[in-house]
Amino acid sequence: MHRFLLAVLRRDLTLAARRRGDWLIAQFFFVMVASLFPLGVGPEPEMLARIGPGVLWVAATLASLLSLSRLFADDHHDGSLEHMVLSPEPTVLLVLGKSIAHWLIYGIPVLLIAPVLGIQFNLSWDAILVLELSLLLGTPILSLLGGVGAALTLGLRGGGVLLTLLILPLYVPALIFGAGAVDGVMTGTGAEAHLSLLGAFMMLSLMIAPWIAAAALRVSLE
Amino acid sequence: MPDPLLSVHDLACARGERLLFKGMGFGLEQGQLLLVQGGNGQGKTSLLRLLTGLARPEAGEVRWRGESIRRVSEAYHAEMCYLGHANGVKDDLNPVENLRFADGLHGRAFDQKRAVDTLERLGLSRCLDLPCRVLSFGQRRRVALAALLLAGATLWILDEPLTGLDVHAVALMEGLIRDHLKAGGMVVATTHQALNLEGVTVQRLLVGNVAIPDLA
Repeated sequence: MHRFLLAVLRRDLTLAARRRGDWLIAQFFFVMVASLFPLGVGPEPEMLARIGPGVLWVAATLASLLSLSRLFADDHHDGSLEHMVLSPEPTVLLVLGKSIAHWLIYGIPVLLIAPVLGIQFNLSWDAILVLELSLLLGTPILSLLGGVGAALTLGLRGGGVLLTLLILPLYVPALIFGAGAVDGVMTGTGAEAHLSLLGAFMMLSLMIAPWIAAAALRVSLE
Repeated sequence: MPDPLLSVHDLACARGERLLFKGMGFGLEQGQLLLVQGGNGQGKTSLLRLLTGLARPEAGEVRWRGESIRRVSEAYHAEMCYLGHANGVKDDLNPVENLRFADGLHGRAFDQKRAVDTLERLGLSRCLDLPCRVLSFGQRRRVALAALLLAGATLWILDEPLTGLDVHAVALMEGLIRDHLKAGGMVVATTHQALNLEGVTVQRLLVGNVAIPDLA
C-alpha cells in the first residue's frame, strides 16, 4: 500500500521536476497578487499589517487553484490516468498520493515564500510564525479539497473556471481560521483556537476528501 | 460447467440516451482471442471499457474467474492490462522511465535489463534516452506495447493496437499476440486492419448492426 503511494509521489515529483514552469507560475502568481495590494491600498505600515494575513491567505488560495486544474488533466489527456486507475491498488490511494504530491510541489514553496511577503506587509515575527503554522495546517486542506474539484471537473470544457467556482466556497473555513489565527496573535486574543480548528479541518479533509475525489474520478472517467 | 475465465452475461451499454447493445454474452478461455468488430460508433471501445471496469454497464455483468469484476477488481486488475486509444506514455519521461513508473504503480519490481531488452525488441534501441515528446506517434505506441509486454498480464484488452504502427511493427505485434496466446494468455482486441494469425482460433464478436467484410 505505501509502496504504491510512494510510487505515485515519486512519479509526480519527477514529472514536476521536468516541467518546472508549471509550478513556478503558481508561485509567481502568489508573489504577484500579494505584492499588488500594497500598491493598491497605499504604503501605511499599520494598514498593511492589518490586511496582511488576509491578503496572504487569499493569494495562497488563488495560487493553489492555478495549479489544481492540471492535477489530473495532463494524465487524463495522455491516457496514463486510466492506467493508474486500473492498477491493482485502490483509487483512493492514487488520489491521496496525487494530493500529497500537489502539496509538496505547491504548498512547500508557499511556506518558504510567505515569511518574505510577511515582512513586506510589516508583520511582527510572532505573526509570521503563526502565519507559517496556519499555512502548514491549511495548505494541505487546499490540496485535498482541490483534488475533489479537479476530479469533478475532469474532461469538462472550461473546467478551470468551474473548478474555481466549485472549490472556492469549500476553502472558506480554511481561509477564515487561517487568517483569523494571525489576526488573533496580532490583536492579543491568541491563535490556539483558530489553529486547533484549522488542524481539525485538515484531519477531516484528509479522511474524507480522497474518497469523494476517487468516486468523482471514476464518474469522470466513464 | 464452471464459468470461463472471462465471461460476459447479458451486458447492455448505453451512451447517453442511445442504447448501443444489449443482451450481449460470451466467454473466453485461456489461449483464446476475441476480435471485436463493428463500424465506427457501434460501441467497440465502450465494450472494451466495460470489460476493463472503467465504465459501468447499464445491465448485466462481466465476470473474472466466476466473480463479478466489481467485487474482485483488485485481483482482476492485477491480471489484466488495457491499451486504449491514448498510450498512457508521459511525454516528459524517456521510454525506460515510463516503464519504470508503470512497474512501480502496478507493484512490480523493475528490471532495467528486461525493460531495455523489450524496448530494443520493439525497435526503440536508438530512442532509449530521448523524452517521449520527441518520438513519433508510432514509436510512442511501441513504448505502450513494451509496457503491455512487461505487465505480464493474462488478459490483454487492446483497443486498435495497430494504429500508427508500420508493417514491421504490425508483423511483430501479430507475433506477440500469437506468443501470448500460446503461453496461455487471452486477448480481446478491436481492429480495422487485417491480422495474420495463423494457428490461432479467432472468436469474432460483431458489435452493432453494420456488417463488415471478413478481415483476418
